[in-house]
Amino acid sequence: MSQNSNTPHNKNQTTFTLDGKTIPFSEGQTIIQAAMAAGEYIPHLCFNPEFKPHGSCKICTVTANGRQTASCTQQPQVDMMVESDTKQINDERRALLQMLFVEGNHFCPSCEKSGDCQLQATAYELDMMSPHFDHFSPNRPLDASHGEYLLDFNRCILCSLCARASSDVDGKNVFSLAGRGIKTHLIVNSKSGKLADTDFTGDDKAAHVCPVGVIIKKRVGFAVPIGKRSFDEHPISATPHPIVKGAI
Amino acid sequence: MNMSTKPKLRIATATLAGCFGCHMSFLDIDERLFDLMELVEFDRSPLTDIKTCGPCDIGLIEGGLCNAENVHVLREFRANCKILVAVGACAINGGLPAQRNHLSLSMILEEVYHAQHGLVDGFIPNDPELPLPLDQVHPIHEVVKVDYFIPGCPPSGDAIWKVLTDLIAGREPELGHGLVHYD
Amino acid sequence: MSQITTHAEYLDPILAHYKLNQHNLLQMLREAQEHFGYIHPEAIDYLEQQLQLPRSMVEGVASFYSLLYLQPHGEYRVLFSDNITDRMLGNMDLMESMCGQLWVEAGKVSEDGLVSINTTSCTGMCDQGPAVLINNIAINHLTQDRINSLCELIRERVPLSGWPLEFFAIEDNIHKKDILLDSNFKFGSALAEVLQRSSEEILQEIKTSKLRGRGGAGFSTGSKWEFCRTAPGAQHYVVCNADEGEPGTFKDRVLLNSYADMVFEGMTICAHVIGAKKGFIYLRGEYRYLLDHLHAILQRRRQQSLLGNNILGYTDFNFDIEIHLGAGAYICGEESALIESLEGKRGTPRNRPPFPVTSGYLNQPTVVNNVETFAAASLIGLHGGAWYANIGTETSSGTKILSVSGDCAHPGLYEYPFGVTVAQVLADCGAKNTQAVQISGPSGICIAANEFERRIAFDDLPTAGAFMVFDQSRDMFEVARNFVHFFKHESCGFCTPCRVGTSLLSNMMNKLANGHGSPYDFAEIEKLNELLLSTSHCGLGHSACNPVLDTIAKFRPAYDKRLTHKEYIPAFDLDYALSQARQMTGRDDTGAHLERIHVSK
Repeated sequence: MSQNSNTPHNKNQTTFTLDGKTIPFSEGQTIIQAAMAAGEYIPHLCFNPEFKPHGSCKICTVTANGRQTASCTQQPQVDMMVESDTKQINDERRALLQMLFVEGNHFCPSCEKSGDCQLQATAYELDMMSPHFDHFSPNRPLDASHGEYLLDFNRCILCSLCARASSDVDGKNVFSLAGRGIKTHLIVNSKSGKLADTDFTGDDKAAHVCPVGVIIKKRVGFAVPIGKRSFDEHPISATPHPIVKGAI
Repeated sequence: MNMSTKPKLRIATATLAGCFGCHMSFLDIDERLFDLMELVEFDRSPLTDIKTCGPCDIGLIEGGLCNAENVHVLREFRANCKILVAVGACAINGGLPAQRNHLSLSMILEEVYHAQHGLVDGFIPNDPELPLPLDQVHPIHEVVKVDYFIPGCPPSGDAIWKVLTDLIAGREPELGHGLVHYD
Repeated sequence: MSQITTHAEYLDPILAHYKLNQHNLLQMLREAQEHFGYIHPEAIDYLEQQLQLPRSMVEGVASFYSLLYLQPHGEYRVLFSDNITDRMLGNMDLMESMCGQLWVEAGKVSEDGLVSINTTSCTGMCDQGPAVLINNIAINHLTQDRINSLCELIRERVPLSGWPLEFFAIEDNIHKKDILLDSNFKFGSALAEVLQRSSEEILQEIKTSKLRGRGGAGFSTGSKWEFCRTAPGAQHYVVCNADEGEPGTFKDRVLLNSYADMVFEGMTICAHVIGAKKGFIYLRGEYRYLLDHLHAILQRRRQQSLLGNNILGYTDFNFDIEIHLGAGAYICGEESALIESLEGKRGTPRNRPPFPVTSGYLNQPTVVNNVETFAAASLIGLHGGAWYANIGTETSSGTKILSVSGDCAHPGLYEYPFGVTVAQVLADCGAKNTQAVQISGPSGICIAANEFERRIAFDDLPTAGAFMVFDQSRDMFEVARNFVHFFKHESCGFCTPCRVGTSLLSNMMNKLANGHGSPYDFAEIEKLNELLLSTSHCGLGHSACNPVLDTIAKFRPAYDKRLTHKEYIPAFDLDYALSQARQMTGRDDTGAHLERIHVSK
């Protein structure tokens, strides 16, 4: 009845299959971590290899031994059959992306992050032609109080990477999630609710992890023209690490 | 009428709450326009100046819905076109005009026609000839069923050409990397 | 509320009571609100400073729970329970009447700051609805007369302590007793038996009893206790899940009101088995009225040596129980979310594995069981596992307490040995012309008349206890729509499919209800259902579609009659979308209107 029955017999030879390919893994790795290490792409947004998996966006959903699960949090078992690049799963991922697009206000043509945005690039990867659902058009005022950075909450997908970076790396807790359900939103750590009144700086890890265009460095937005940005050159699946050049 | 064996497909195009940029991009297919003219003829379109849409094979809609007239035109297209295609960011998610959606229309009209600095005796135009604005700007799929979408602001001439040639050939349109762009 | 110049005045005793322990943040916020009416920004300043917690975390926690307010919400905060059973008893008319009498719009605070009126998820009073919470205290059996009296008391600013006591009366409504409700349990009796024997032997009794969790999932209690007992950890914890939030369920309310000793004793037996020194009851915020009563019983048990150090004289058996109150979050009934909430955080379900039995409260091995499970454990402690296993069916031993509500003559509690048919329950509760029964609440299953011979048991109809009856006059589409709204309101917001999907689903059900439906929308609903089922993070998202899937499968005509259009039409009313412009321009000509559907010229 032990719960640790999946300890591998031979640590050198533990593998699972991902869409028919053999992927080695080591103790503690999750499916997406092992896949990434082997150079395989599984679409994802809230996962960032530098951080502990979070499991909220569900874009990295795969089928593992017949059961759907988030590949960023699920640990593989020896000889597990993992399917990722199937029509059914990609259809579901696309629908999840469409949910994220209608939940916020994502106007790519006027977004500084366009071309460097993981949400957009993942939607390209999955051939998302329209947001499909009806838009929620929420009212999310932006915060331009800080001298160097602005926050455009319209684009937030609630991945919490900034919150995780700020607490786990910077030791600051500048960002947190507040509210519940569809009213969940990002807040900053100040009584005024303004970024300028926090101890946030451009040297923070949190300043550089937003996969979309919420945390934006001022005055550099269009230094690289649209059409010449990361994911204009290569699709996200062919970009080894989702570290975006426009962000620094 | 043209004497080719296959009857030409009829295409209609319209701009709703858009900037005509998508139409300009359409013209960017350049000399391929000659190839296209071998295959299609145009019904209602800014290119023909025909004012109403008759039965068509393909309708291309640029722009979202910001007023009552947009809704009428869109419905006319949906009723007459076998295939309706949303062309460009505004048709697909409202685009730039939809960035007013978090503000109340009353507030906007008040600001523009009454409160704005420098206005004297401003009043909100109420001529029945003018279409009334909707309280929010909507992408076209929120009002009619849309068959295909060509994203981009604007979509490139190549993207429009690819979708049109796919449709004309009876293929499922496919863009792929490099042609799918939201910006 | 009283004029407090410094928030420290009321916060200091709270902070001292909770020993400045940040795991008690939710408890401190709740008590701060009880003192001040809402959580004032300056109160957060003080908590931030005293607890050394980031402000954003305090606000993040406070804003998660629907019974906590970060802005003034009126001296009287009225929340109408909005389960479908309350609706069937006319709660919406009563709310409208109250809003009219007190000059306030639902969902808002009155201009004079006196009162706010809104709806809330089921408050667990379905047998005596329509129900409200006023400043978090339950008032049931609402009638127009009672509403009128409440309005007067509020207008006169009479403090709740001065209101007629009968308003706060809450009945047990027990209609059928079996081994548990009829046990005449004497406190300490089970523990006296149990402590004479080794913890191994008691674990064996629990396993022999084949007791399964009463929260609905039915995991073997013996296995759970054993996993936890053998899991390494500096401390082991016992947690009683009394976050009875599933709409239509109210048995734990009665168990804690009248059978609390059995529950506490079951927890103590569990502590004996797993080696725990500390236990928690996570009591839903809506049951705030039970708090003093439960504290008194705990205190009595300490005096009787049934809790505390050297329990009943057994050296080294030390165990005590603390009560944590929730603050309006159904998701905290999910055990890992409950543990997060116990730790003073937002109630977001954890990634699993690890499971609570190995890594629960403060990442220590933790048993989380339902109130009824612990009460049953007391019986097993007293009478033995074999006795218990003989009751019920092969796969489902013992009895189940059902919370019966809806269209029946005698709503209330009914205890049966497992295996009872739905038809039997319907006959006993005086239900007539029954169209459907919702078993185990919105996350459970909806059954139609041709299934009434099915049995309450883990291998047929598993249930946490809710048994809502709908007669032929009820519109099953509206039942499903009410449940979908519930899930939307209670989604924690962590994962994309549930956060956005429950809102989309709710919008689509509203679209059908508003007469804008077409077969296109129907296909969309089915697609959303599948997505929620396959990609959601936890059971809430998985089951959010159950009410719709079940009612589509079994009551299709209720949907068909709403698919009034053959072609797709918009969810919003186009003509209404011009009304602001009409008002601003003063126009009302034909061009100033839009037909709902396309009319060819």
